[in-house]
Amino acid sequence: MVVLGLSAVFFLVPLLSAAEFSLRVPGGGYGLANYLTIATDEVLLSSLLVSLQIAVVTAALVLALVVPTAVWVRLRFPAAAVLLESATILPIVVPPVVMAAGIAFVQANLGGPVFRTLFASSFTALTPFYVVLALPFAYRSVDNGLAAIPLRTLVEAARNLGASLPVTLLRVVLPAIRSAVLGAAFLTLALVLGEIVIARILLYGDTFPVAIVEIGRSQAGVAVALTLASLVLTWLLLLAVSFAGATRRTPR
Amino acid sequence: MSLLETPAAPTETVRAAGSWRAALGLAPFVAYLLVFLGGPLYFVVSGALSDPDGRPTLDNLVASVTQPQYRAAFASSIVLSAGTAVIGAVAGAFLAQAVLTSRPHSPLRRIVSTASGVLAYFGGVPLAFAFIAALGQTGLATRFLRTAGLDLYASGFRIDSLTGLALTYVYFQIPLMVILITPALEGLLPQWREAAENLGASAWTYWRRIALPVLAPALGGATLVLFGNAFAAYATALALTSGSIPLLPTAIAAALSGNVLAGAQNVGLALGLDMVLVIAVVMVGYVVLQRRASRWQAR
Repeated sequence: MVVLGLSAVFFLVPLLSAAEFSLRVPGGGYGLANYLTIATDEVLLSSLLVSLQIAVVTAALVLALVVPTAVWVRLRFPAAAVLLESATILPIVVPPVVMAAGIAFVQANLGGPVFRTLFASSFTALTPFYVVLALPFAYRSVDNGLAAIPLRTLVEAARNLGASLPVTLLRVVLPAIRSAVLGAAFLTLALVLGEIVIARILLYGDTFPVAIVEIGRSQAGVAVALTLASLVLTWLLLLAVSFAGATRRTPR
Repeated sequence: MSLLETPAAPTETVRAAGSWRAALGLAPFVAYLLVFLGGPLYFVVSGALSDPDGRPTLDNLVASVTQPQYRAAFASSIVLSAGTAVIGAVAGAFLAQAVLTSRPHSPLRRIVSTASGVLAYFGGVPLAFAFIAALGQTGLATRFLRTAGLDLYASGFRIDSLTGLALTYVYFQIPLMVILITPALEGLLPQWREAAENLGASAWTYWRRIALPVLAPALGGATLVLFGNAFAAYATALALTSGSIPLLPTAIAAALSGNVLAGAQNVGLALGLDMVLVIAVVMVGYVVLQRRASRWQAR
């Protein structure tokens, strides 16, 4: 109980302080002014749209890579499980700042149409690398989801009823692991809404987190409000997925 | 073919062809990592090992570990990572154990486990701002402590100092420890405690003589991951301090963007290579310890 109490104090004080700070209005008193900035500030709003666009495409690519691979490993190639596990550690060993250093070198020194297209905008330049950053979390989430369902039985039943492999994946496996898939998608969203290292080093200033850090230098209240909102929103989404996954299992 | 029919034992060639086809299924995943992770890594390594004209050299690597400003960056990165890893590991282990003694599937468990994930992996920028709100000049906690008679800023504290940064890092290190250590704590069988108690052991003796020795590799491995996590982290420092503390990632970013010296970019890549090597060593240690830890989980 003592441990839980102390932890609660340590973890809640900064969050409550952030909430209090974000509600302050200039000249004293409290209000929602900082939160409403997102609707009136055009730079922030357009940066949010850029980041959401990146997040959606990143999540789609991540799931397209991870779901078939994780299913394949479980069904056809269990020997590769260890290999895949270590492959998903690699993005942790190569931290974002180092990845950014390598990409920045390419950006500065190599030309040609392929690289020009790649570095044309923050969307084209950042999305492929955010996919790499999201892979470890997504793989673990999806693999845990697959471990909880009778995958082989489901796939064999679907195949015996004449479904092709893609149809089996989309209409049998995917719905069965939907809470794990949603979890992976929300983790990707959280990652994209919090990534500033690669975007800053590659000099893309138009993503949401970079715009927030910029605005934080002059208007700390707005930055506190919007980062708190995105953190709490992500957490609520994950909590909802966690409870949804639980209620589905209880009825018998 | 009926599912009940036993398939004939495959011959060697069939099995080899089968495993080829099986490996082919991994091709998209592996190819993607090779291009978009291997690509940047290739340029880090090749740039670190060559001069601005592309001739091979070891000068960058030597400079990255001998020049005073980089040595200072290494030192504070290591102090920050080791300190927050140890504090985070101890506090996180206690918190994980406290949560595990609560009811399974209780809201507390769900809240702690989902919040751990969000804070451990994605907290960087929000946490930096939350700590400014709490412990900045006009922060809530600062004002509260001042009315309680403790003036942080009069005694020299600053949120954008190494201490302030360490405090923020602990905030995401503890949740990461909870995530990493919970499976090992769940692996402590209740029979071990019961057997110890029947033999007259106190709770303290049980923890010191049985639970801690069993947990030691897992605790050590998790602490290593926490070290690597803090060593690689940059977002929090970037948002909190705008580069005023000399850390390794700050030095890399500065070397990449600055046109101060010819060849600074290659030294920046060399620093990146140093960083990858340090984290790789740490992760190898983690994998080794993880193997030892799983010895007790074998059924």
